[in-house]
Amino acid sequence: MTAPAPTAPTEPTTAVHRVFVVRELGIALALLLLVAVTFATNTRFLSAQNVKDLLLGSTILAILAVGQAIVIITRNVDLSVGSILGLAAFATGTMLQSAPGLPIPVAIVVGMALGAACGAVNGGLIAAARVPALVVTLGTLYVFRGIDYTWATGRQINAADMPHGFLRMGNASILGVPVLALFAVVVLVAAGLFLRSYRSGRELYAIGSDPDAARLYGIPVGRRVFWAFVTSGALAGLAGVLHAARFGTIDANAGLGQELNVVAAVVVGGVAIFGGSGSVYGAALGAVLLTTIGSALPVLGINPFWQRAAVGALILAAIGLDRSLAVRMARRLRGGSDRGR
Amino acid sequence: MLSLQRVSKSFDAVAALRDIDLELVAGEAHALVGENGAGKSTLVKILAGVHPPDTGTILLDGAPVTFAGPADARAAGIAVIYQEPTLFPDLSVAENIFMGRQPRRSLRRIDTAAMRERAAELFARLGVRLDPDRPARGLSIADQQLVEIAKALSTNARVLVMDEPTAALSGVEVDRLFAVARSLRDAGAAVLFISHRFDEVFDLCERITVLRDGRKVDTAPAAELTVDAVVRKMVGRDVATLFPKLDSTAGDVRLDVRGLTRHGFFDDVSFQVRAGEIVALAGLVGAGRSEVVRAVFGVDRPDAGQVRVDDKPLPPGDTPAAIAAGLALVPEDRRQQGLVMELSVERNTTLPRRWALSRLGLLFGGAERRASATWTQRLQVKGGRPTDPVSTLSGGNQQKVVLAKWLSTKPRVLIVDEPTRGIDVGTKAEVHRLLSELAADGVAVLMVSSELPEVLGMADRVLVMREGRLVADIPRAGADEESVMVAATGAGS
Repeated sequence: MTAPAPTAPTEPTTAVHRVFVVRELGIALALLLLVAVTFATNTRFLSAQNVKDLLLGSTILAILAVGQAIVIITRNVDLSVGSILGLAAFATGTMLQSAPGLPIPVAIVVGMALGAACGAVNGGLIAAARVPALVVTLGTLYVFRGIDYTWATGRQINAADMPHGFLRMGNASILGVPVLALFAVVVLVAAGLFLRSYRSGRELYAIGSDPDAARLYGIPVGRRVFWAFVTSGALAGLAGVLHAARFGTIDANAGLGQELNVVAAVVVGGVAIFGGSGSVYGAALGAVLLTTIGSALPVLGINPFWQRAAVGALILAAIGLDRSLAVRMARRLRGGSDRGR
Repeated sequence: MLSLQRVSKSFDAVAALRDIDLELVAGEAHALVGENGAGKSTLVKILAGVHPPDTGTILLDGAPVTFAGPADARAAGIAVIYQEPTLFPDLSVAENIFMGRQPRRSLRRIDTAAMRERAAELFARLGVRLDPDRPARGLSIADQQLVEIAKALSTNARVLVMDEPTAALSGVEVDRLFAVARSLRDAGAAVLFISHRFDEVFDLCERITVLRDGRKVDTAPAAELTVDAVVRKMVGRDVATLFPKLDSTAGDVRLDVRGLTRHGFFDDVSFQVRAGEIVALAGLVGAGRSEVVRAVFGVDRPDAGQVRVDDKPLPPGDTPAAIAAGLALVPEDRRQQGLVMELSVERNTTLPRRWALSRLGLLFGGAERRASATWTQRLQVKGGRPTDPVSTLSGGNQQKVVLAKWLSTKPRVLIVDEPTRGIDVGTKAEVHRLLSELAADGVAVLMVSSELPEVLGMADRVLVMREGRLVADIPRAGADEESVMVAATGAGS
């Protein structure tokens, strides 16, 4: 502190701030570029119907990604979301089949409650047994799916068995926006607000940033992580209900393998896999981007078999970008604080 | 205002604190001094609510209190600045200050603007220029410490506990910190200050408590004490005959370190260790001793300087080359750096030699068993079978396994970092006997140790580091507790 700080206090603000913002902006730009190129190749790509399909297709992945982002921000991971989705979807179908008069909000609440219960099992095991989330949720991935299979015993619930009102919700639009996508928007805004503007939301970031410091600071780490998993489970349950409404036909395989797509969307969306940084907006954008790639590649005449490779390349690019941003930011920040020595 | 009565705390079988009484008075700064491992940090963690005391009571304003966790202690008005800053690197500086106590507006939302403003006010009060919006990642240690201080200030603490806050601060920053501490004290807060720098202790504090081996030696007004008196109270104990250093004649220079520098950790460190010599590297925690040793062994790459073994330079930052040249390092933290806890005793012992023991690239159990048996027997490792995982052994026996592992490579230079930390007296004596035997066999031994009696009993020469620099090279004849402590703390300089 013998010499004054080399930079004026306002200058690093903007620089640092820009780096924070740029991460979500980068995904949005990539998405825009992809849409523009595809549109230039085939203008029908942005037809009302196709846009609606894109939004519908993104909805479920985006809701799962929001839940997953909350968990990953705390330096954990939830691999069981695909199985929870399957279980909730089948439960919703069965319930509506046997009680067609059930109001839709009740169906949604029941689906979310079932998902939350599954999430509580995850969170409880992680907090009580002190086992890494990766292992616990890998286990429950199979357990929940197993319960689903046992319950279904090969049965399939057909659209014909479901109440019309429920299926209509899966396809209806308000002002051109699918109803299901509105669910995703509500979830996204609520989660974004919580993580940004509430004390317990900020504590999730603190936990992911340095769990030991969080404990030393007196943050109830176990409780917060538990509720992160309950939230992720509840959102997977909601995704299951929406899955049932959208497709109408449900068997025990709904959501099979979905967990890896979700983690991919979150990572592409700029949420650090070791926690502490990133946003649910980025995760949701990541989900939209992955879905758009899926439908853009055939339009661009690229063999759909390349789709997975494209997703993989995107993940690697996202990680590479994060790494180079981190290095550059570290250099810039250090430049602003090396003094007094 | 805050007092401890007959507080004791043990970790496993090791008693960290025994029957401590401590009285913190409003409007008074109280210093807590003692050697490394005297129990100061444990005491801080009890006050902070991190550890509950095993026995004894904490009284706040005369009423007994129990802290279920750090949040309770903070709510009671106790603010703690730890030795190691505990910030969240991904969050902004302002959020680090106000985590869990952020100012709020309607609907209980965090008022970011107010938070930023209040952080800026705190920094203005501290007289530092830090951007409240920047993330904590990349802050220098001094700046991190300043954020911790701002955090403590923001709670309007009635009790401010500072655990060696000045270790990383420069003179101006220390002055500023003391100004803040004094203004808090004058406003009626109680201050507990822990430091190894006696000039600062006498500068700031009215009362001094000395801890030694987890017990309170004395509490006295600073005015009645001198630096010498405090040092005597800190170290005053018998140097037991536990340390049987065999006489050996120093031979050729085995390890030659020249001008080794790693920016921010240590600066221009040069020394030599001869065959048959045990050289101790003494100093306070954070003086840079372990960092020097890591750089010598090639774990970290130094920025400047050279390490020579038997007059041949080692390539910097190349551990395999260091091992090949005959260096061995028994690290400080044996659980994390020295052992693979899940592997068996014999596997751990033979780990550095697995290529030498293998045939056609395959390891056969017999070769490992024979190789490990030789050393585990020589070191008298007790407990279980050689195939049991190392994690089942006691701390002392684990340390012996680490030693066995490196001794089996027949090192020419053995570096041991805190070789007897956390192990019982009997095992300690065995480790000392072994180091002494090795030196007699012509091995050059460099021993990093924070235990003064061990340093004085074992070493032929004592090198003392302070704040990243080698400040003294004291031969065995001239080394006593006071000379080493004075060099390590810079007292009187």
